[in-house]
Amino acid sequence: MTDPSLSSTGITRSETVPAPRYQPEAPENAPTNPKGGWGRFAFICVPYLWLLLFFLVPFVIVAKISLSEAAVSIPPYLPVIDWSRGLAGLWEAAERWSLDNYIWLTEDALYWQAYVSSLQIAFLSTLLTLLVGFPIAYGMARAPRSWHPTLVMMVILPFWTSFLIRVYAWIGILKSDGLLNQTLITIGIIDEPLVILNTSIAVYIGIIYSYLPFMVLPLYSSLEKLDTTLIEAAEDLGCPPWKTFWRVTVPLALPGMIAGCFLVFIPAVGEFVIPDLLGGSSTLMIGKTLWVEFFSNRDWPVASAVAIVLLVLLIIPITLFQRHETRRNEGDV
Amino acid sequence: MAKKPLGPVRRAFSPWDDPSEQPFIEFRNITKRFGNFVAVDNLSLKIYKREFHALLGGSGCGKTTLMRMLAGFEAPTEGQIFLEGQDLAGVPPYKRPVNMMFQSYALFPHMNVEKNIAFGLEMDGLPAREIKSRVHEMLSLVKLEGFAKRKPHQLSGGQRQRVALARSLAKRPKVLLLDEPLAALDKKLREETQLELINLQEQLRMTFLIVTHDQEEAMTVADRISVMDKGRILQNATPGEIYEQPNSRFVAEFIGDINVLDGQVTKKENEDVQMFSSVLGDHLDVRYPTPASVGDHAALAIRPEKMRISFDKPAHPGTNAIQGEVWDIAYMGDVSIYHIKVAETETLRAIVANTTRLVERPITWEDQVWLSWDSDAGVILTR
Ligand SMILES: Nc1ncnc2c1ncn2[C@@H]1O[C@H](COP(=O)(O)OP(=O)(O)OP(=O)(O)O)[C@@H](O)[C@H]1O
Ligand SMILES: [Mg+2]
Repeated sequence: MTDPSLSSTGITRSETVPAPRYQPEAPENAPTNPKGGWGRFAFICVPYLWLLLFFLVPFVIVAKISLSEAAVSIPPYLPVIDWSRGLAGLWEAAERWSLDNYIWLTEDALYWQAYVSSLQIAFLSTLLTLLVGFPIAYGMARAPRSWHPTLVMMVILPFWTSFLIRVYAWIGILKSDGLLNQTLITIGIIDEPLVILNTSIAVYIGIIYSYLPFMVLPLYSSLEKLDTTLIEAAEDLGCPPWKTFWRVTVPLALPGMIAGCFLVFIPAVGEFVIPDLLGGSSTLMIGKTLWVEFFSNRDWPVASAVAIVLLVLLIIPITLFQRHETRRNEGDV
Repeated sequence: MAKKPLGPVRRAFSPWDDPSEQPFIEFRNITKRFGNFVAVDNLSLKIYKREFHALLGGSGCGKTTLMRMLAGFEAPTEGQIFLEGQDLAGVPPYKRPVNMMFQSYALFPHMNVEKNIAFGLEMDGLPAREIKSRVHEMLSLVKLEGFAKRKPHQLSGGQRQRVALARSLAKRPKVLLLDEPLAALDKKLREETQLELINLQEQLRMTFLIVTHDQEEAMTVADRISVMDKGRILQNATPGEIYEQPNSRFVAEFIGDINVLDGQVTKKENEDVQMFSSVLGDHLDVRYPTPASVGDHAALAIRPEKMRISFDKPAHPGTNAIQGEVWDIAYMGDVSIYHIKVAETETLRAIVANTTRLVERPITWEDQVWLSWDSDAGVILTR
């Protein structure tokens, strides 16, 4: 109010517009206005409706099944809610729900081991994907501008072939008389074929290969935004290139790195196709356990419990991490 | 607020006149091409130790490119750059004792003001206590003491510029390159900072190379000015020489206001030259050393403040006087600029100091007046 520049330019409000007459016109886009209010309300609601419909409802259904008991029937569990009797039907079913399946999960070490091994494999392969993806994204961002669309296209190109077929193709490459071993033997690097297929190494290769684009694209987008004069400024202040990389490039690419890691880690934990096709019986992953429970044992309730526990295992640390990040970014004002 | 004591008297400083003096920075026949475009064109420039050198020139004339070559971000296509007699070719930017303040500031967005300023000092491996005191000193120099913990995006444009300045100064480099360092500051702060820069340069004995669009600023801070156009230096001289003895029409018109009359040399005796101006239809006397000889076309240039106006014809010998009509008067406060119509197609400008508070001026619109100037007020321009 005491800003002298305001009065000198003559836009002091009290001079030009008498306050009492101005006020009745003011609440133009206040929520009381039905049109503007509803429009904005609908706009905000769309994503929530989407989440409700395609996330919360299926989640509740799966959670409900996890509280049931396996049975030889259609559907293969009991109790089934008798909706024809309304709330009474729901109540009757609810009385028979139990946490037995969850207790069962803690009793059999197999599940616990599968969870731990899944998290381990996902963690390590996320790290490896980051190591492979960073140089690729960096190279893309530093390439001449006119190449960028082509390079991005090349990263996305594998998606045009079915995921299943691409993973299948790795069997042909990795098996003992496959492309890789034949090449290495022909060159003379090895005499005996390497055993890669049906080991966890094959799973790592499969995950890194399949999820690489999810790492590269967010990394590329944050590296591409990085102003090269910042790198120059760092070097100007006496910072050698490798140090500049750690002190300037990496911190500024951090949002892309975090996004990429989540995009790889989360689906990798629950991955089923890759360990099933490439990992053989020796690799224990929760996705495979889930499949076996659902389709081999037809134990939907236990399978649902496995899925719910997996979700909780992922959501809690991620939410905590994100809250920490937001606080850190706003923190040092 | 108590007034600060004045700094030491600025001594006469002219190492460029001393043939035994070695240049501190030397650009030798530097050419820089981007593809087919010539950004810097066979440029040579010597800058001496503790000199405050200003580069002045229109947008796109190659000032930033020249600085970037000295800082090491751009390699010259041809030619060499020497620092203390040492060829800089192949020396990476982080090993050059040169710091640059970027035109775009280039502040690290993930570091707060304090960290930004400390960055270069940390690279030098200074002890933490020293870094802290140096950062503090810089913050108070640029008057941002309360902003140490802010991130760059939480600052105004002028504040960011000051952080960039502080960051480049903090290392006390041998050579400081300032690319339009004060452009975003208001007039008062700019003038204060200019004086601070001069003081700092005297104290720390640094060599400054500054780019500016503001000729007044260049005049204030610089020991010498290089006026650039299209990748070449047209004139490299002290502010006084640039202003009083411009060597070309471009320099004369680029720095300050000037009246230029085209003409032909009709008589020449040592420095005494007579020129005929076809626009005025009159002969004019000039005392100026010029290579032009009788019959050559040249231009006569006179600064407006060296022109006088009067109702009566001045009678001194050696004074040029032409008649005209007051066409327009621009009141600037301290002075008024009179536009005098001296021919159908020509008006000349004369500056008159407003020595009284009179609103009614004795000479006013449409008056017939005499416009006069001394023969040693003008400059002959041959290119
Ligand atoms: N990397 C580059 N590639 C191509 N052309 C360039 C490049 N850098 C500069 N130029 C060109 O070189 C010329 C000189 O640029 P420079 O940045 O040195 O100008 P400047 O004198 O600093 O101008 P300003 O006062 O506007 O900052 C300009 O015409 C510019 O377009
Ligand atoms: Mg520039």
